[in-house]
Amino acid sequence: MTVKTMTVKEIAKKVINKEELFILDVRNEDDFADWKIEGDKFEYLNKPYFDLIDGIDSIKDQIPTDRDVVVVCAKGGSSEFVAEQLVEAGFDNVYSLEGGMKAWSEHLEPVKIADLNDGGELYQFVRLGKGCLSYMVISDGEAALIDAVRMTDVFIDFAEEKEATIKHVFDTHLHADHISGGREIAEKTGAIYWLPPKDASEVQFNYRPLEDGEDVQIGSSKISVQALYSPGHTIGSTSFIVDDHYLMSGDILFIDSIGRPDLAGKAEDWVSDLRETLYKRYKALSEDLVVLPAHYMTNHELYEDGSVAKKLGELYKENHGLNVDDEDEFRQMVTVNLPPQPNAYQEIRQTNMGKISPESEKKREMEIGPNRCAVK
Amino acid sequence: MTEINVNHVLDAKGLACPMPIVKTRKEIEHIEPGQVLLIEATDQGSKADLKAWSERSGHQYLGTVEEGDVLKHYVRKASEVETGNVASFEQKVNNAELKQKLNSDHVTLLDVRESAEYAFGHIPNAISIPFGELENRLDELNKEDEIYVVCRTGNRSDLAAKLLSDKGFEKVYNVVPGMSEWDGDIK
Repeated sequence: MTVKTMTVKEIAKKVINKEELFILDVRNEDDFADWKIEGDKFEYLNKPYFDLIDGIDSIKDQIPTDRDVVVVCAKGGSSEFVAEQLVEAGFDNVYSLEGGMKAWSEHLEPVKIADLNDGGELYQFVRLGKGCLSYMVISDGEAALIDAVRMTDVFIDFAEEKEATIKHVFDTHLHADHISGGREIAEKTGAIYWLPPKDASEVQFNYRPLEDGEDVQIGSSKISVQALYSPGHTIGSTSFIVDDHYLMSGDILFIDSIGRPDLAGKAEDWVSDLRETLYKRYKALSEDLVVLPAHYMTNHELYEDGSVAKKLGELYKENHGLNVDDEDEFRQMVTVNLPPQPNAYQEIRQTNMGKISPESEKKREMEIGPNRCAVK
Repeated sequence: MTEINVNHVLDAKGLACPMPIVKTRKEIEHIEPGQVLLIEATDQGSKADLKAWSERSGHQYLGTVEEGDVLKHYVRKASEVETGNVASFEQKVNNAELKQKLNSDHVTLLDVRESAEYAFGHIPNAISIPFGELENRLDELNKEDEIYVVCRTGNRSDLAAKLLSDKGFEKVYNVVPGMSEWDGDIK
């Protein structure tokens, strides 16, 4: 018996196009409650595969027949096992998700944000499974990456397709929720790896210190990536202004939330930095800058093409985290009742510092789950 | 950790989800109620899933020991004796009364659960003689001592207390309910 499969790429399209889909998630209840495939028009049934070993009769009546049903598990084995039984029971609309949540967590969807001056291009890579956003600036045969995630081949292949050489790789800060692909890409391509030195005091490899005001030209044309020191999520957090028009805000400012200051264990110390960045430094910038963060939280933040972006001026009107006048209230908000910390965030920081080098399977496990870098 | 005796071993190493659970489900049918099955697996997800599956199917998940890449899961098959019987041995104490006795002299606390159950948590100073071995190991106990017999829910210890009484031990007490509701120290 062969079971039809659905790829994470196909699911990504359904998320972005807001299509209907019925998800039968056969992981255990805790895992499902913690993290699942989110879609505006998705419906869900969670029934662990180990309850279905003796048959699927208990859920038969809950599976629709009038639309696609995809069975989802951790890695793709159990979903196939359950889908097979459903097919045998006569369902012809059932698919198994290839590679499971592991593959979902790793899928990147490239979306073009804009054409830049002199034929340049700006792409956003949306990691739907984890809510991470990475960026590629292409100009005159050269490329720069910002906050590239662990799936390095995707970026390298994409640059190749665009006939661009990756020259610069930037991380806005030392990430705690996902493993950076920055160092590996730099090693593979010979690009320069830039890190904010205040976040890099413990790193075990060579990098180029990224200082406030640094202005890096991409290609021979006029596209610049300009560094702006903006601490608060971490002490080194640095933003970028690209082509005088786009503000890569890292984990400092998101569309509907702001960065949390506690992931390096220093919430109290960094609150005032966070406040100063959001209420003074960013405030002094042009309201017309388009904010491009390193994360998004819910699918409501996705535009129709799957991109995540909004003008700074609009964020100052709509984002609650930018509108807390009282400093004590602000301090409370970003230090008390924070959401749980991301899965394995300590180990992830150690990995990004080069202090530990887990195998790729281990890295995948460390990144399981949602990102949780924000305070709303 | 003390050596853990098991009745059956299932090799599920190298198998990916769902196979460790599917195989456990089959294997456990062939073993006696109350016996302990060791499942050796390498799939990291097997730990949470096996625990949840055991709880649903009424089996007792004892714990997992990690040795290198291998996860050793211990599961004890559900036993009707424990769910049906009401402790009938007359000399009994409850958990709170046992707590009072623990620091006295000439008191023996005898844990008659399987060694795997004992290994994943027991009252400090309890000695372990699984019920099935008790008859052959009576010489390890002293007839002069007060002997408090404990198991998970009070049923195996009931049978053990009767056995001891039949063999001439007079100061024997069954602890009811036992480890399932023990809130004191655990080693």
